[in-house]
Amino acid sequence: MKPEFAIHTEHLGRIYKVRGNRREKRQLKERVALRDVNLQVPRGEFFGLLGPNGAGKTSLIKILVTLLAPTTGRALVAGHDVAKYPQSVRPLINMVSGGESSGYGLLTVRENLWLFAQFYGMDYRTTRTRIDELLEIVGLKDRANTKTSDLSTGLRQKMNIVRGFLTDPHVIFLDEPTLGLDVGASRDVRQFIRNWAAAKPERTVLLTTHYMAEADELCDRVAIINAGKVLDCDSPANLKRRLQREAIFHLEVSPLNGVVHGFEHLPGVRKFVHTPGDGKSELELILESDDAIGGVINTLTTHRARILNLQKREPTLEDVFVDLVGMSLAEAEKNG
Amino acid sequence: MLRAFQRTFFPAAWLGWQVESNWTDPLIFFVFSALKPIASVMILVFMFNAVSRSGTDPALYAYIYLGNALYIYVGAIMAGTSYSILDDRERYRALKYLYIAPISIPVYLLGRAMARFMTGTLAVGITIAAGIVFFKVPIHPMRANWPMFFAALALGVLCLAAMGIILGSITLTLRSEPWFLGESVASALYLFSGAIFPITLLPATLQPIGFLMPMTYWLELMRRALLGSGSASFPTLAAYSNASLFGILAALTLGFGLLAFILHRLFDRIARDKGMIDAQSNF
Ligand SMILES: Nc1ncnc2c1ncn2[C@@H]1O[C@H](COP(=O)(O)OP(=O)(O)OP(=O)(O)O)[C@@H](O)[C@H]1O
Ligand SMILES: [Mg+2]
Repeated sequence: MKPEFAIHTEHLGRIYKVRGNRREKRQLKERVALRDVNLQVPRGEFFGLLGPNGAGKTSLIKILVTLLAPTTGRALVAGHDVAKYPQSVRPLINMVSGGESSGYGLLTVRENLWLFAQFYGMDYRTTRTRIDELLEIVGLKDRANTKTSDLSTGLRQKMNIVRGFLTDPHVIFLDEPTLGLDVGASRDVRQFIRNWAAAKPERTVLLTTHYMAEADELCDRVAIINAGKVLDCDSPANLKRRLQREAIFHLEVSPLNGVVHGFEHLPGVRKFVHTPGDGKSELELILESDDAIGGVINTLTTHRARILNLQKREPTLEDVFVDLVGMSLAEAEKNG
Repeated sequence: MLRAFQRTFFPAAWLGWQVESNWTDPLIFFVFSALKPIASVMILVFMFNAVSRSGTDPALYAYIYLGNALYIYVGAIMAGTSYSILDDRERYRALKYLYIAPISIPVYLLGRAMARFMTGTLAVGITIAAGIVFFKVPIHPMRANWPMFFAALALGVLCLAAMGIILGSITLTLRSEPWFLGESVASALYLFSGAIFPITLLPATLQPIGFLMPMTYWLELMRRALLGSGSASFPTLAAYSNASLFGILAALTLGFGLLAFILHRLFDRIARDKGMIDAQSNF
């Protein structure tokens, strides 16, 4: 019987023990990376994990790919317990982490890829055709016989992406795969991943990102994760629809004259994010209804703040994040 | 089973050979694999020349010289294997990808050990040749018992690889200074192997370590094979026949092989608990 879920976690938790500094007498401190994570990803789904730095995305992936032991709870991938039967999980999965350059510098691109294909027991012909195919797609074909050490970081990352997809995994884990790639390359990679997933309905993708647009564009469903907790999990459209009744406004103000603190108490203001900028401040407001904007404008004018621009817009995943976490992704990253 | 072994072992050995023997720069490769070991035995040669004026047996000179030349294998295979896994983790950042692949890490390390054995053989061979040609070490290749030599070599390589797998598994769980482990153990065991002086010269409480270490029996067998059984040697193992030395070495190899299997599983669990498989140590 084929397992219904490609990924299934129950009360999954992970705590790191970190050694304190001298003043803390080098005692072991606990840092919670994941708490009570319950996720079900059906086979064939393109699933996203969206969260700021330090949210626990990489930790979750590391547990699912058998690199890291969970502290509590359990995780099944393709129906197998990752902690108990890692050897049953490994042939079915692969992983790509972005923003790092891995690989053996003395080997050529083709040799690096060939090596990993061997470890998965792939035969000569399949290996050759797949390497050629994938190198072509990511635009590395003419570099196949270049030593990896002579590649730029971005090109090495493309090689790493090919390594991940080369083995045609049932479930692929992509940890910020476009991190460090330029705009064009990121777009190509996203396009490639989407096509890859669409080509066979049973292929499952778990992608982590802190780019809202990436999650929105690619994922069937997204889990929003912050400080180790999954706050919400749904399709991007449904997540945004929850904010449909709310009104989202974007304001540019100069000078702000310290008004921001007054907003918390204004009726109808659910959440707001303030981004100070050059000579002007930007405000994102999530209001319970359009009416509340009147109060906001009143407060601004009584404080002699000048409104440069006011715009109502459609909710984005960024707004969903603000609504759930109480701050923007950028702020969460600063605090994390 | 066998297929799984092959698809891991051979690519790993190939990889090891590619990354450890840097043929893009043969000169540097030569310097590292030959000049360094020769420089280190030169100290020994000078020391011995100073001592032998007082009338030490030149046959014993060959015995000691060989012990040191062959001990290069210990650093190359045992310490080398534990470096391989750290190199994979920290220099190539590839260990996590190896780790999630459907391979057995001990088999992978055995493959890497095989590559270390091949590059080590170059160093050992050059050192012995240099001994014969430049330092008047009385070794006569024509008189050597080659079948015995290769049998002992094969057992020794397996045993050193098993010890390397143990050290490699331990290094993965160390938070600081993992790079020193392999080298330190190789240097420490040098004193307990009878490479340069008989282990019976050690304090009585430390002697059992020497008798538990496979290098002790392995070096004796290798020297007997190359020099002939009757030639001068340390008295420590003189009473043992070749067959019993082989028996002990085989038993120790089996023991260390099993130990490697068990300890790998144990330290592998610790490494995953601590999240060390893709960690960067503070080096
Ligand atoms: N090896 C480790 N030892 C101690 N703490 C760790 C370790 N790895 C991660 N952490 C901590 O666990 C938390 C989650 O980290 P994790 O790397 O999973 O976050 P992330 O969502 O992937 O972040 P990013 O977007 O920066 O990659 C953080 O607080 C981090 O400091
Ligand atoms: Mg991460």
